[in-house]
Amino acid sequence: MKAELKVRDEVVRERIGLTSNYAVAYAVKDVDVDVVAAYPITPQTTIIEKIAEFVANGELDAEFIPVESEHSALSAMVGASAAGARVFTATSSQGLELMHEILHITSGLRLPVVMATPGRALSAPISIHGDYQDIMNARDTGWIIIIASTAQEVYDSIIMAYRIAEDSRVLLPVMVAYDGFLMSHTMEPVELYHEELVRRFTPRNRSRPRLDPRNPITMGVIASPDWYYEIKYQVINAIKESKSVIKEIQGEFNKAFGTDYDVVEQYRVDDADYILITYGGASTGNAKEAVDEARRNGIRAGVLRIRVLKPFPTEEVVKAIKDAKAVAVIDRALSPGSTFEGPVFNEVVAAMYSQGVSVPVVSVVHGISQRTIFIEDLYELIRELVEFKNTGYFPRRTMFMGLRA
Amino acid sequence: MKPLTWREIPLGGYVLEPRNSRNNLTGTWRTERPVIDQDACIRCRICWMYCPEPAILELSKPYVTKTGRKYDVTYEIDYDHCKGCGICAHECPVKAIKMVPEVG
Ligand code: SF4
Ligand code: SF4
Repeated sequence: MKAELKVRDEVVRERIGLTSNYAVAYAVKDVDVDVVAAYPITPQTTIIEKIAEFVANGELDAEFIPVESEHSALSAMVGASAAGARVFTATSSQGLELMHEILHITSGLRLPVVMATPGRALSAPISIHGDYQDIMNARDTGWIIIIASTAQEVYDSIIMAYRIAEDSRVLLPVMVAYDGFLMSHTMEPVELYHEELVRRFTPRNRSRPRLDPRNPITMGVIASPDWYYEIKYQVINAIKESKSVIKEIQGEFNKAFGTDYDVVEQYRVDDADYILITYGGASTGNAKEAVDEARRNGIRAGVLRIRVLKPFPTEEVVKAIKDAKAVAVIDRALSPGSTFEGPVFNEVVAAMYSQGVSVPVVSVVHGISQRTIFIEDLYELIRELVEFKNTGYFPRRTMFMGLRA
Repeated sequence: MKPLTWREIPLGGYVLEPRNSRNNLTGTWRTERPVIDQDACIRCRICWMYCPEPAILELSKPYVTKTGRKYDVTYEIDYDHCKGCGICAHECPVKAIKMVPEVG
């Protein structure tokens, strides 16, 4: 711990109050991005405003492209990235939906685009408030998805995202998600690193294939049925294999910057009988409080936070929960029409099945369109898990917490 | 040739060699082939201009027609690449090109 603190002393240039959106902007500046294109959409807008300010002030030497829609924003990124540039864009909610078609193209073309996505509810009805429905809709597009839970982690994750995306073993786009409003617009202390250290950590990959008139290649070809399947399988393989690269790069980052990231975060999980699986900021902070309260009342509870959503950390999740008496997965997104309506719940159950492990898991949905998740709600949930365990009766359907019924 | 596996196909399906269309023999797609009647052809070059591939070859091959007309050039078809679309036959002002079914 002491050694880590010493590292922090050496790497931190200043400690300032930042929203998660501003933390993104500072990370983008520190990694020295070449091209930024974006269209404003709540709650993403302030990221781009801040970056525009950096560019206007000459603090960031980047090409800033104001486009007419998110579809164009990501398309511009595809073009710039194909030409070899280091690119950045950001979006949310309806904007991410409008990009959807290009999300597939970005991963299929193996372009290391990095995008920040504060999560927000989807229309209709119109809601500008935060949840993870938009992020979950992007989960089958071949993007690596990281979900941060603090502004510091947002800053750190954007830096790591460039290393991961541009790694020759990966070459896939990376999305860094976090809570809309609850994080995107709330101020937290963030420790910014010395620019030269960030740049040394994120050297450009000059050997990745790119469009170059002196060495012409064709990207974005049409593939007949005898080629398409194999090229899409390349993406499946790359994202699966990326987990070990992500762990390796996180390890390097931890060493260089004195941090402690992994694909999952464990809070009092080691000896826990009852585990809450969550993601994002609001759910994890409150979940930790609820766990502390449960521990004070003699219930051995813990929180497992999914930090890397795609590739899903199957082995890590199963290892963490395999000895628990009961587990609840709290989703802040919806999968209407599924057997269970929590998308990450479905991932967790599939992960257990793949490892031949069976632990009672309860699907919970909460925090939709920023419906407040109270610490008491989560504490109550832990008590319910104990109750389920004692009676042997586990609900075989999704529990919609916070819903007026 | 055995088709490439997912490991062998260039990343993202990129095409790494420029001008590779020379090697891709698209002539196999054809169901009908254009045949030029060299005696009827007036060397107007319209088929050469309209062919989308381009699979009409303009060769400096002298030709004397049955009626004794002398030409310096001959238009022939590159059957390795002609896809059989029939545009040339449609555009030829003297109907010198016939589309005949591919056999075998
Ligand atoms: S049939 Fe079509 S492709 Fe073939 S030579 Fe005529 S115009 Fe060209
Ligand atoms: S269009 Fe007909 S006449 Fe003209 S060059 Fe071609 S084949 Fe000959």
